[in-house]
Amino acid sequence: MLLELEAVSKIFGASCGACLDLTGEPGAICPDCGSVVAVNRVNLKVAEGEVLGVVGESGSGKSTLLQLIYQDQPVTAGRIFFNGITNQEGKRQDILTLPATHKARLRNRDMSMIYQNPHRGLNFNFSAGGNIAEKILDTNERSYDTIRSRALHFFTKIEMPPTRLDDYPDAFSGGQQQRIQIAKALSSSPRLLLLDEPTTGLDVSVQARILDLIKALQREMGFAMVVVSHDLGVINHLTDLTLVMKSGCLVEYGLTDQILEDPQHPYTQLLVSSKL
Amino acid sequence: MSTSACKLKVRNLAKNFTLHTLGGVRVHGFSGINFSLPKGQLLALSGPSGAGKSSILKTIFRSYLASSGSALFCRNDGSEVDLATCSESRILDLRRREIGFVTQFLKILPRVSALDTVARPLVEIGVEEAEAKARAEQMLRRLGIRPELFALSPLTFSGGEQQRVNIARGIIAPKELLLLDEPTASLDAKSSNTVLDMLAELKQQGIAMIAIFHDQNKIDRIADICVPVVREQ
Repeated sequence: MLLELEAVSKIFGASCGACLDLTGEPGAICPDCGSVVAVNRVNLKVAEGEVLGVVGESGSGKSTLLQLIYQDQPVTAGRIFFNGITNQEGKRQDILTLPATHKARLRNRDMSMIYQNPHRGLNFNFSAGGNIAEKILDTNERSYDTIRSRALHFFTKIEMPPTRLDDYPDAFSGGQQQRIQIAKALSSSPRLLLLDEPTTGLDVSVQARILDLIKALQREMGFAMVVVSHDLGVINHLTDLTLVMKSGCLVEYGLTDQILEDPQHPYTQLLVSSKL
Repeated sequence: MSTSACKLKVRNLAKNFTLHTLGGVRVHGFSGINFSLPKGQLLALSGPSGAGKSSILKTIFRSYLASSGSALFCRNDGSEVDLATCSESRILDLRRREIGFVTQFLKILPRVSALDTVARPLVEIGVEEAEAKARAEQMLRRLGIRPELFALSPLTFSGGEQQRVNIARGIIAPKELLLLDEPTASLDAKSSNTVLDMLAELKQQGIAMIAIFHDQNKIDRIADICVPVVREQ
C-alpha cells in the first residue's frame, strides 16, 4: 500500500474526551462539549497508481481528510503510514511521529496538493515558472538550467505556450491558474496527488479540458490520486474507487461503478439518486 | 492451450436490491444461478426482459455486489479468485488485464473520435499508436463503418453504428473473459453476422464469453452453453 490511514480523527474544539463516541453518522457536533468531529476514525488504503474519489455533502469532512493526509491540519488521533517510511529497525513508521524536517520532505517530494482556490496552491508574487521552480527546489535540485528546463517541460505538458512561463498568476484565467497548479504539483514527480474540488467553479468546457489533462497525466506518470469532489460526474470520470463520507464518518467504500450503480448505504443511495 | 480448462465457475449466485430511498423495499434481482464456463466457449444467457440477465453480468463484473453465492474466476496460474468477495484492488487488476465488459450502449466521452475510441484499448496494453490506429481502422471497416466517420465522435452516429464501435472497442484487445450485454441488439442482419463471425474467431483464440441474446437463432449458431434465466414471481 502507498498510503494507509488507521482510525484517523480530527476534532475542532476542546474535546471532552468522548466526542468520537458521542458523534457519528447522524451528526458531527458533540452533544456534551459542542466540539465538531470533522473526521471520525477513518480507515483507508490507497495502492500505488490507484485513483480514489471522496464524495459526501458539504461539511462531511472530505476536504479535512485530504488536509490531514497532506498535513495542512494536525491530526487529533490515529496513524498514517506512507510506503517506504520506516523506523531504524526497518518497520513502517507512523508519519505523524516523524521529525518536522522529515514530514516536510515527505510532503514536498512524495505528495502534492491541488486546491480549489488557486490562491492557496500558488504564490501570486512569483511568476508561473517561479511557482513551478519552488516545488522543484523542494526536491533538492539546485542547478538553474535543470530547474528551468523541468519547469518548462511541465508548463508545456499543461498545454501552455512557453512564452508565458514568466507571467504572474494573476495574468492568467481561473482555468489556466488551475493548470499552473497542476504543473507545479507534478513537477516533483509525486507518488500521491491530492485534489480538492479541482474544477469546482470553472465553466464546463474548461472543466472538461482540465479533467482530461489530469487523467492523461495520471495514465502517463502513474501516480496515485485522492480526488475530493461533490460532483459525481467528476468522480465517475476520474476515479476507480470511491469512498462516501457523512458527518465525518466513512459510510461506504467500493469500486466507483459499484457505488454509482449499486449503492448500499441509505446516504449513498440518496446521493446517487440526487444526481441530475 | 487447453480449451477445456475452466475460466469461470458460478455457484448459487443471487442478487437482491434494498432501496432505502423507497422505505427499504426489497427488489429481487436473480437467484440460484449455477454454471461453469470453459476457455474458448460462449455461454448465452436467455430469458425474458426483467429476468435479471444484465444483472448477472454486472454482478460477475462487480458493478453490482452479490447478495450470496460465488463467481470463481480461474487464472492461468491455476489459482481461483471469487469475484463476488475479493478486494476492490484485485478486481481493478483483473479488469485491466483479464476481464472485459461490452456494455449494451456505448458510453464514451464526446471529445474522442471513433478511431481513437477503438484504438485506445490497444494503446493501453502497449501497442504503438500508429499500429493501434491501423488495427482499429481495419476493424471498423470490417464492421461496415464508413471511413469518413472515423474522425468523428461516435455520439454523432446512428444507434447501430454506435453499437459496432462499442463492440470493436470491446474486442480489439480481447481479455480472457468477455461479458457482452446484447452485442447484436440494434444491428441489421449483415452487421449482426459480422459480429457473430468475430465472436467465433475469439472462441478460436481461447476467449471465454458470456453474452445476452434474445434471438434463439443466434444462440443456436454461436453458443456452446445456454443458461435460461427465469423471472421469479
